Amino acid sequence: MHMADALLSPTVGGTMWAVSAGTIAFCSRKIRRDTDDSKIPLMGVLGAFIFAAQMINFTIPVTGSSGHLGGGMILAILLGPYAAFLTIASVLMVQALFFADGGLLALGCNIFNLGFFPAFIAYPFIYKKMIGSQPSVTRLTVASIIAAIVGLQLGAFGVVLETIFSGISSLPFPTFVAVMQPIHLAIGIIEGLVTASVVSFVYKARPEIMQSAMESHPIGSYSVRSVALAFLVAAIITGGIVSWFASTNPDGLEWAITKVTGKEELDGPKQGLHAALSTLQERVSFLPNYAFKKPAEATNVVIEHTQPLPSVQTGQKAGAATSHFETTVAGLVGGASTLVIAFLIGAILKRRGQTEYAKKRSEQTGNCKP
Amino acid sequence: MASIHKAVLDLKSLDLLANGNSSVHRLDARAKVLVSLVFILCVVSYGRYELAVLFPFFIFPIVMISMAGLPPLFILKKILLLCPFVLAVGIFNPVFDRQILLHLGPLGISGGWVSFASILTRSILTVGTGFILVGVTGFTAVCQALEKLGMPRVFAVQLLFLYRYIFVLTEESGRASRARELRSCGKKGLGIHSFSSLVGHLLLRTWQRAERIHMAMLARGFTGEFHASRQSGFGMPEIRFALIWSTLFIFLRLQNVPQLLGSLITGLNP
Repeated sequence: MHMADALLSPTVGGTMWAVSAGTIAFCSRKIRRDTDDSKIPLMGVLGAFIFAAQMINFTIPVTGSSGHLGGGMILAILLGPYAAFLTIASVLMVQALFFADGGLLALGCNIFNLGFFPAFIAYPFIYKKMIGSQPSVTRLTVASIIAAIVGLQLGAFGVVLETIFSGISSLPFPTFVAVMQPIHLAIGIIEGLVTASVVSFVYKARPEIMQSAMESHPIGSYSVRSVALAFLVAAIITGGIVSWFASTNPDGLEWAITKVTGKEELDGPKQGLHAALSTLQERVSFLPNYAFKKPAEATNVVIEHTQPLPSVQTGQKAGAATSHFETTVAGLVGGASTLVIAFLIGAILKRRGQTEYAKKRSEQTGNCKP
Repeated sequence: MASIHKAVLDLKSLDLLANGNSSVHRLDARAKVLVSLVFILCVVSYGRYELAVLFPFFIFPIVMISMAGLPPLFILKKILLLCPFVLAVGIFNPVFDRQILLHLGPLGISGGWVSFASILTRSILTVGTGFILVGVTGFTAVCQALEKLGMPRVFAVQLLFLYRYIFVLTEESGRASRARELRSCGKKGLGIHSFSSLVGHLLLRTWQRAERIHMAMLARGFTGEFHASRQSGFGMPEIRFALIWSTLFIFLRLQNVPQLLGSLITGLNP
């Protein structure tokens, strides 16, 4: 399941971007150094294969609905963790750009949820351990099912944590977990079954592929541990820095602007609209220090900052209810008019572009005439 | 069975848009990638209950669509197939968050509905920006821009490879899947057993194809990187584009434009 931009806060999205980008850089270096370059086309083509395979459906035995291959686990089994992580990341990037699965900011979360867990947790710690040195069809089947389930469970939990930390959705943590984990248990079982059946098919048809896949990248516990360690350190550092940003000022972007411009806020004129708005805001808000800091911004910003206590807020500013209503209406009217203005600008630009194009064409045809 | 071909066609038509030749298309891809990222960061940095302040941000997708001459209906249709996960999670906001946040006359609107509308608006803005970025830049150019911005080369090569072979392999799998569906009367034979041998064969063929490709590439002197056919530099137009848009986004983020405009129009403030 893909995380989406609309549910993310910049802090969580940025942190996960940093973590995923770091892991991609690490895997790229590893592949450049360790593997022969015959693997590079193989990774690319197998990524495309995952796309193609995802488009073929099958009927799920009991429910009769249709499912498809997810692909993370099968890539890890065939390519090993580093190449698999890069391949999954590339597939997710194409999905984000062309199918709007997730989004550009959520890409970091998605790469982590769907790439890191299968490639660096489920594959080395479950699949490899269960397969041992001598694979058999039964072992392959059981190991891929369990590894796929574990990978998906961790991924789903990742989605839950990212959503909760972002705080855009109102879903309470227990409810969300109680919904996501069982759904992904079902998906994981199906995914595991499909992975197992495809893998054992390949094993029966061309056992040398599976053999070479297992031998060509012997990953000791050391390298995996170092990946996990590096990831942990990266997460703590980025998390620490970002949360420090977030806690010094509730609004990280504004904080950055303040640092850049050296001013708390651009000084507005002390009369007219600006002054009217600030007097209004002083009356409406019950956290005056926010109003003090940001005279230009009006009620809905205050609502944002005080959102844990909306009841307190409504209780306290009963007297200001009418002006609150006014700001709300003003905000809505203003929002609608900005939309109209945006569309008008678009229409004008389009018309201008078309007339220019027409002019160019007429010039061209004019030139063509003898 | 039509769905595979339709998806491939959709992919192609989005990528074909990038062949246009407008002032936006001609810009270096790095500028467009950076502006899109600033845009998305500004949009998602708003709090949960912000709705009206998001509207001014529509200026960016609208201007880009009209300047680049993208088909607005096509983009709109793609946006409307919003990620179902967003809807599924967002619809719980009105359920769990019933605190009345604002009154429109006698009508009380709960915080949940406001935040749900906010989530939808964010979704349209961010998803639309992604599509527009691909539509005015093209996937290959986005990859090359990311590589110039510091993405590892191995990963860039991987992305380009993947993209090149998506079309080849999806067409192959579409044919295979159609053949299977035509041979299975109704639902019979569409189970997991035939699926796994079908996908397994596809995998083996893919593997052999990769070996052939690699040999062909070695024969042509492949050393681990692709060369771009079109070179572009980060010049004045790019700097202007990036500066103007980023400044606008940050201004919109810091000033509550709808509020100012609204009170100007309605004169509701004392």
